[in-house]
Amino acid sequence: MTEKSKLGLDFAQVAVAKQLAKQIADQVQEFVDGYTTVTVERTLCRLIGIDGIDENEVPLPNRVVDALHEAGVLSQGVLYFMGNAILETSLAPQAIAERISRNELDVTSLPLHPLPEIQKAIQPYIEQCLTRIKGNVAKRNEYLNTIGEGPKPYLYIIVATGNIYEDVVQAQAGARQGADVIAVIRTTGQSLLDYVPYGATTEGFGGTFATQENFRIMRKALDEVGEEQGRYIRLCNYCSGLCMPEIAAMGALERLDVMLNDALYGILFRDINPQRTLIDQYFSRIINGYAGVIINTGEDNYLTTADAVEAAHTVLASDLINEQLALLAGLPEEQMGLGHAFEMDPMLENGFLLELAQAQMTREIFPKATLKYMPPTKFMTGNIFRGHIQDALFNIIGIWTHQGIQLLGMPTEAIHTPFMSDRYLSIENARYIFNDMRSIGEEMEFREGGICRERAKTVLNNAIELLQQIVQEGLFTALEKGIFGDVKRPKDGGKGLAGVVTKGDNYFNPFIKMMKERW
Amino acid sequence: MSGGLYSMDQKDFDQTLDLTKVKPYGDTMNDGKTQLSFTLPVPCGDEAVEAAKQLMKKMGFDNPQVVYFKELTEGFTFVNCYGACTHTVDYTTIHVPKVESTVWSMQETDDFIREHIGRKIVVVGASTGTDAHTVGIDAIMNMKGYAGHYGIERYDMFDALNMGSQIPNEEFIAKAVELHADALLVSQTVTQKDVHIQNLTELIEMLEAEGLRDKLIVVCGGPRITHELAKELGYDAGFGANTYADDVASYIAQELDRRMNG
Repeated sequence: MTEKSKLGLDFAQVAVAKQLAKQIADQVQEFVDGYTTVTVERTLCRLIGIDGIDENEVPLPNRVVDALHEAGVLSQGVLYFMGNAILETSLAPQAIAERISRNELDVTSLPLHPLPEIQKAIQPYIEQCLTRIKGNVAKRNEYLNTIGEGPKPYLYIIVATGNIYEDVVQAQAGARQGADVIAVIRTTGQSLLDYVPYGATTEGFGGTFATQENFRIMRKALDEVGEEQGRYIRLCNYCSGLCMPEIAAMGALERLDVMLNDALYGILFRDINPQRTLIDQYFSRIINGYAGVIINTGEDNYLTTADAVEAAHTVLASDLINEQLALLAGLPEEQMGLGHAFEMDPMLENGFLLELAQAQMTREIFPKATLKYMPPTKFMTGNIFRGHIQDALFNIIGIWTHQGIQLLGMPTEAIHTPFMSDRYLSIENARYIFNDMRSIGEEMEFREGGICRERAKTVLNNAIELLQQIVQEGLFTALEKGIFGDVKRPKDGGKGLAGVVTKGDNYFNPFIKMMKERW
Repeated sequence: MSGGLYSMDQKDFDQTLDLTKVKPYGDTMNDGKTQLSFTLPVPCGDEAVEAAKQLMKKMGFDNPQVVYFKELTEGFTFVNCYGACTHTVDYTTIHVPKVESTVWSMQETDDFIREHIGRKIVVVGASTGTDAHTVGIDAIMNMKGYAGHYGIERYDMFDALNMGSQIPNEEFIAKAVELHADALLVSQTVTQKDVHIQNLTELIEMLEAEGLRDKLIVVCGGPRITHELAKELGYDAGFGANTYADDVASYIAQELDRRMNG
């Protein structure tokens, strides 16, 4: 924090805010450490090489974890039983899983070996997995060091045809037009599935299933077009919902670069149980941290349901909490794509100035973060002409305040998933503005006592007040009271609570330590 | 570019408005001027421009002009075009089914309910099926409402429950029964591959199977919903783009009064 604030922010106050957020995150972590979940255990299955589906298309990780859950022994963890089964059968995890899925093997009834032996038996599979992920990180770095990348803010576009092969056509077209990040939107409803579908998929609603095969297909396509364009193209997907860490694992294995990864978003907007998803998030962020994946958080969505002017401080407060939760998972600041755009009514007088102030404030409070900036969707009306201008104003703020990732608004937002030409128009809009105004942030200053400085000060102060309140009550109670996004979420409500399990005496998960220590 | 700053087109057509033969208006009555943009899956070049012009002719445009074209990616060309539409419609014979109620302010609706219904109206709303979007149902129901129109939660004479998004139809109906709802509001935002039609139809079928359909006012809304479509699917009313809580609340109040008091 040696840099002087352009907004006249009081960095002592920022430090207070971060300290409060840390207390909140620590409280959450104390809870999280005592539990595992069905998807955390399925993630471990995937990491030690279990993949594929049974004859009813149920993924093998689900079969293995369900078998343990039904037997009431999941609290000991899947690695415990897998390690033991390796010792007993001399088979690899995949072969053991296949036997479980054919009901030929009950791993809970095998004679149990001492814990250190079990841990030793599983260790090679863990190291093999980490070696593969490290290889992916090295490959990404090699690309960045050879063909390089586009300047920040990275241009982020979505593809959402439902058909992975059609997505490839759209994604490559977008990359050729200048996009730096391609996000494959998931099919509606996938966040609520308690399993990850398998294989290449060609049918989806409003998006395409996140499957490991689809990841692989798109990764290959983006590497091709990246090499052709001389610019590394990042691949983004959604590690959120009920399979958060599993998708993180799949992404780590297939070299995804960016992941939506935000428990608070799932709680508020998908009604996922708060306990479940905060436990899931912890492991998913450890994986993302290790795999060099930039996470995106969803705070910009809060203000689609709450008022953007009155509730701006809730976005900042949530960003601060999300930062601390990510740090606890060993995720570097540079990989934090904290989300923060504010959906103010475009008819509001001086709305642009408030938006600018908040974007600059967020930049200064999280100086190293790859901030994610997203233009409005709530106030896109079908008037594509005005919408294009609204997006342009957000692009101005993006370049002015040095955002990390600029999600490109589409003029046809609220009408349809983007046409190829919509993406072209949006990329052209952003490139024009980013080039035309490249150094505006260095040229312009914020007037002392002016609207922007006052706005930033107010939002920061309100955020501190809110954080103090959450420290007193705890995050779970704050969620129950509807502090974020005006949405109330009880601790025991929502989807997925049945998948939460207390860790037992023999529970172990070496990935946590090894990944955090960057094995 | 063609034409320059001033239009040099000859205007040798009848420039009087005839509502039985309406066509687009650019800057002169009956000029038919229309702007279009689209993408053709062909390589960029003169052939692409010619293809766009020929297509415009087939669409019924005279004097098609491609004023801008650009390769989006290899094999795809984007065009901006203008043309003069040759088709007309008879405006005088058009009939669009509309929700037949008077739109009142929140105060007027509350007063009407107090006087004619004498109790609070119970409304349950949700974005049903796999639809994860809450923006529509929130705009109509949440306290704050949308664009200066307060949501139904703010009304004194409504008991409103917004169940949020991704609510299965079974759960939605169970909640309606539990709360003795007078009216159900269904929001559908995702309309890709007509998923909303399937979901909306399923709700009506389930209500009918349980003998509940006639006991409830069932309303749907969303950016692609029209009243006509809603009626076709068996709903009492449909609310599309640019309708707000006022429209929905006044309709429910008046419809319930009609059902209760004849």
